[in-house]
Amino acid sequence: MSTDCGHERSLTQIKFNAEGDLLFTCSKDNIINVWYSHNGERLGTYEGNNGTVWTVDVDPQTKYLVSGAADNTLRLWAVATGKCLFTWEFPTAVKRVAFNEAGTQVVCITEQRMGHQCAIRVFAINQEGDGTKQSKEPIFMFNPIGSKATVCAFTLQPHIIITGHESGKVALFNVKTGEEVDSNERAHGDVVTDMQMSKDWTYCITSSKDKSARIHDTKNLMVIKTFTTETPLNSAALAPSRPYVLLGGGQEAMNVTTTSLRQGKFETRFWHKVFEEEVGRVKGHFGPINTIAVHPAGTCYASGGEDGFVRVHHFDDSYFRAKPYGDLEIIE
Amino acid sequence: MPEATNHVDDGIDYSDIENKYQVQYDDGFDNLVVVDGVPIIDKSKHGKLMDKVVKEFGKKGVSIKHDDIFMPWDSASGKSKGFMFIEFRNEDDASHAIAAIDNHPFDAKHTFRVNRFTDIERYADLDETYVEPQVEEYTPREHLRAWLADPHGRDQYVTYRGDEVLIHWHGKPSQSEVAYKPDWKDFLYVAWSPLGTYVATLHRQGVRLWGGSSWKAQQRFAHPLVKLIDFSPCEQYMVTWSNEPIMVPEGAIQGPQYFSPDDEGNNLAVWDIKSGDLLRTFSTYNEGDPPAVKKQMQWPVLKWSPDDKYVARITPGQMISVHELPSMYLQGKKSLKIEGVVDFEWCPLGEKDKEDIMVSAVPGAKPTKKVRENKLVYWTPEVANQPARVTLMGFPSRSILRQKNLFNVTECKLYWQNQGDFLCVKVDRHTKTKKSIFCNLEIFRMREKDYPVEVVELKDTVMDFSWEPKGERFAIVSSNDPNLGNPGPGVTIKTDVSFYQLDHGKNDFRLLRTLSSRTSNAIRWSPRGRHVVLATVGSSSKSELEFWDLDFNTDDRKEGQSDWGSGIQLLGVADHYGVTDVEWDPSGRYLATSASAWTHTLENGYAIWDFRGQELVKHIQDRFKQFIWRPRPPTLLSKEQQKAIRKNLREYSRAFDEEDAAEESNVSAELIALRKRLVDEWNAWRTLRRKELGEERLQKLQGKEDAKEEIEVWIDEVIEQTEEIVVVD
Repeated sequence: MSTDCGHERSLTQIKFNAEGDLLFTCSKDNIINVWYSHNGERLGTYEGNNGTVWTVDVDPQTKYLVSGAADNTLRLWAVATGKCLFTWEFPTAVKRVAFNEAGTQVVCITEQRMGHQCAIRVFAINQEGDGTKQSKEPIFMFNPIGSKATVCAFTLQPHIIITGHESGKVALFNVKTGEEVDSNERAHGDVVTDMQMSKDWTYCITSSKDKSARIHDTKNLMVIKTFTTETPLNSAALAPSRPYVLLGGGQEAMNVTTTSLRQGKFETRFWHKVFEEEVGRVKGHFGPINTIAVHPAGTCYASGGEDGFVRVHHFDDSYFRAKPYGDLEIIE
Repeated sequence: MPEATNHVDDGIDYSDIENKYQVQYDDGFDNLVVVDGVPIIDKSKHGKLMDKVVKEFGKKGVSIKHDDIFMPWDSASGKSKGFMFIEFRNEDDASHAIAAIDNHPFDAKHTFRVNRFTDIERYADLDETYVEPQVEEYTPREHLRAWLADPHGRDQYVTYRGDEVLIHWHGKPSQSEVAYKPDWKDFLYVAWSPLGTYVATLHRQGVRLWGGSSWKAQQRFAHPLVKLIDFSPCEQYMVTWSNEPIMVPEGAIQGPQYFSPDDEGNNLAVWDIKSGDLLRTFSTYNEGDPPAVKKQMQWPVLKWSPDDKYVARITPGQMISVHELPSMYLQGKKSLKIEGVVDFEWCPLGEKDKEDIMVSAVPGAKPTKKVRENKLVYWTPEVANQPARVTLMGFPSRSILRQKNLFNVTECKLYWQNQGDFLCVKVDRHTKTKKSIFCNLEIFRMREKDYPVEVVELKDTVMDFSWEPKGERFAIVSSNDPNLGNPGPGVTIKTDVSFYQLDHGKNDFRLLRTLSSRTSNAIRWSPRGRHVVLATVGSSSKSELEFWDLDFNTDDRKEGQSDWGSGIQLLGVADHYGVTDVEWDPSGRYLATSASAWTHTLENGYAIWDFRGQELVKHIQDRFKQFIWRPRPPTLLSKEQQKAIRKNLREYSRAFDEEDAAEESNVSAELIALRKRLVDEWNAWRTLRRKELGEERLQKLQGKEDAKEEIEVWIDEVIEQTEEIVVVD
C-alpha cells in the first residue's frame, strides 16, 4: 500500500490506464498527475488548466488523455509527453468526459449555468499525426431535456450513450438525434455521482447521494443489483476477477466539521456483487472518499479523498484465495 | 325531571338521553353497619348507653355522633333488641369501623360484632346446601432458572434503548437472537438480581420482578418513587430506596406487603422477595444531621453478609448496626459502637466455604469443623492521639481477629478478593506537610494463621484497584499526572497499570509488570481470572480497550517454570468511541462495551468482543441506555465433577467441534439455497449478455486484458458405477 501526496486539494477523479501500470488523478488544484501504480512514484503532471479539473479519461492505447475543467475547457493531452495537444472551449465548465471503447470518440458534459443549458457533445479524435489537428466542432451535440446530466459513458451500441442525472435518473440517449431512447426515472433518489462500466461494457455501476449504488444493464437499464449503505456515496467501482464492488463516500465536506471524525464513515466498503452483502472495509482517509478506481487486472485499487490524498491499496493473496461464500462460480 | 318530559311538544323525544344521563343516586346501604352484642336496656338508659358507645368507638379511632346511631326497640317489652345500626358518611369509613370495632369487648358480658348491613342480608339468603369446592388443578410454577438449560449454553443480556427493552441470547453468530421482547412501560431502568433469577424494573409505583421462561411478573414491592434497589447476595431479600420519604395516605391498602403509618418518614425498605412482605423500613436521614448539608449517599446503604443472615448499616462516626434476618431485629439487641468508624465491608464467601457449609448442612453430618463465622472489616481514622486503625472482626461473636494501626492516613478503601482469601486495604497517606499523597497497600492473608499483613508501598496515587477473581493477582491503576484531581474538558490523565502476584516462595506480593504511559482508568478482570481488559472510560478523546492475558505461555510450559511476569501478553487492542460501561459476560468468554445516552449522546450503542478483542457485534443505536449481562448462579457441579470434565475435555468438546464444523459447512440450508439462486440468476443474465455480445467481441475484450493463459480443465466425475454381467451364450 502506498499513499500519494501530490495534490493540495480534494481529488475529483482518478483513472487507471488499460494496462493498469499508470494512474491518472485530477483535483481541485488545477493539476493532473500521473503515477506508477505499483509504487506510487509520480511520473509527471499535465499543467495548463486554470480551474478545478473535474474529470479525466485515458484512451485504450494510453496515447491520449482528455480532461474537463472548471475553466470551461476540454483538453487533449499526449500521455507520454505531457503536452496539451488541443483545447476546446465552451461557455460553461466541463463536468465529465469519457472515451469510447476504441478511443476514437470522446463524450463530454458541460454544466448548466448562466443561461446555458446542460449540453452533451461528442468529438471525434483524430489520431493521425501528432494529435494537434482536431476539429473544433463536435460531431454531435444536444441538450438533454429535464434534469441535467452529471455522468455519462459510451455503450457498445453505436451512437448510444448512458447518462446519470441530478434527479437520480439513468437514461440512454441517441447522440445522433439527441433523443432519449430509454430511461429509468427512479434509478436513484438523489444525484448520480459516479458511473463506471464493466469490463465488457454490458453493465455499469452507479453511485448516488441517496446512499446507494446500483448495477444497471446498459441494454435495457434494468437494475440488476442494489447496494444500500448508510452514507452518501461519491463513487462506485467494479472489481475485476472477484465478485466485489467498491463503494466510497462520506458526509458532505461542509458537514464534516460538525461531526466527529469517526461519524464521517470515510472507509472504502467492499460489497459482494451478487449477494448484496457488505464483506469488508478499508480505512485510511481523513475526509470523504470522492473517487475510486480499480486496477484493470484487479490486483490493486486506488481511492481519492476530499483530504487531498490518493491511496493505492494492493490486494494480498488472501483476497484472491478467500471464498467467503463457498464454491459458487460467478461469471464476471 | 318532569319539566324536560313536558317539552314533548317540540316534537323531540329526549327520554332516551335522559335515561342515559340520569343521575344515579347512591341508594346502597354500604355505609350502614349492624352492631350486635349491644346490651339490652330500657329506654331510660338509652342516653347513657349512647354516650358510652360513642366514647368506645372514639377510642378506637372511629368518630360517630348520636344521630348516626339507630337502635330499634321492641315495643312489646319496651326494651332494646340488642343491636343497632350506625350510618357512616361513606363506605370507606364503614370498612374502617368494621376493622376497628369488630370483636371489641364492650364490657365483661358484651362483645361487639360488627357487620355490613348488606352482608347480613346476603348471609340470610345464603344457600344452605354444601357445594364441594372445586379442587384447583395443580399447576407447577415455571422454573425460574429455565434459561440455564439452554442446549447451546448461551448467556443472556438485556438492552434498554429508548422505551424498548429486549432480552437477547448471545452465542455463536447463528445462535444469537432476541429471546424476549417485553412490553414493560414507564420505568427508570432495569436490573438483574445477583444470581440472574429475576429482572427488576423500577416504576413510579414501586419495583416489579420478572422471571421464568415466560417472563411473567413474579413479585412486586410497592415503594412509590423508588430510585435505587439492591438485592441480597442469595436473592432472598431486597432493599429499595427513594429520596422521597414514605407517605401513607389515609385509606391506603394495609397488609404485610404495604407500608403502614408507622413507616411514614422513612425512605429505605427491606423486603422478602419470595413472599413480597415488607420486613422493615429505615430512614437514611440521620438525626442531628443538618438537612442543608447533603452528603453524597453511599449505595448500598445496607450491606449484606454473604450468606444473607445479616444486614448491616453504618452510622458514620458512631456505630455499625447489624440486623438479623428474617426478623430484622438488631442482633444481640445492640449495635457495634465504634468511635469514628468510616466504612466497613463483609468478607465474601469463597467456593470452598460454600462447600463446607453445604456439607455441614447435610443432616447427620459430623460437625467436624467449627462452623464458619462471618467476618467484617472496618476502619477508623486518626483521632487525637489514636492512630488510624483497620479492624477485622468475627460476627456474631464480635471477637476482634486482627488489628492494624496506620499513620498519616487520609483515606482507606477496603477491597476483598472475591473468595475471601485476601483483603487489601488501600491506604492513601499524606506526607507530614499534607502536600503530596502516596499510597500503601496493606494486604491481609486471610487463610493463614493470625492473618499476616504485608505492605506494598507505592509512590503514586492509586486510582483503581482490582483483585483477580479466584486468583492471587491484582491490578492497580496509578498516576502521577499533575492534572490528577482537577479534571477538565479534554484532559486525559496519563496512568500506569501494574500487575502484582503472590510469590509463593517468599510469600509476599511482587510486581509482575508495569504498563506505563497509558490512559486506561478501568480494570475489568474476566470472572474466571487470567484475562483482563484495561479500558479508558469516560473520556471524550480516548476510548481504548486493551485485552491482556496473564498466563499466555502456561499452556505449553509447566506452571512455576516460566519467568516471573513473562506470561503477560497483549492479545488485542480495540476502540469503542465514547465507551461508558465495560462488562464481562458471566462465562468470561465475551466482553460487552456500551456507550449510554445517560452519560452522553454521541454514538450511543453497544459492542460485544471476544476475549481476544475481536469485535463480534456492534450496534450504534441512538437513545441507547443500558446493557447488562444476565448473571449466572454458581455451578452445581462439585469440584470432583468439574475435574472429571476438565480431564475428559476432549471427549466433551467433540460434540461441540462437530457442531461448529457442521455450522461452518452449511451456514443454513436456506441461505445457501438463496445464494445459489442469486448466483444462478446472475450467471444466466451474464451468459445471455455475453452471447449477444458475440464471441469475437468478447475475445477482443478478453485479449485486451494482459494476455493471460487460458486453462481449460475437463473434469470427469464418476457419479455412479454399476457392473452388469451379461451372460453371452
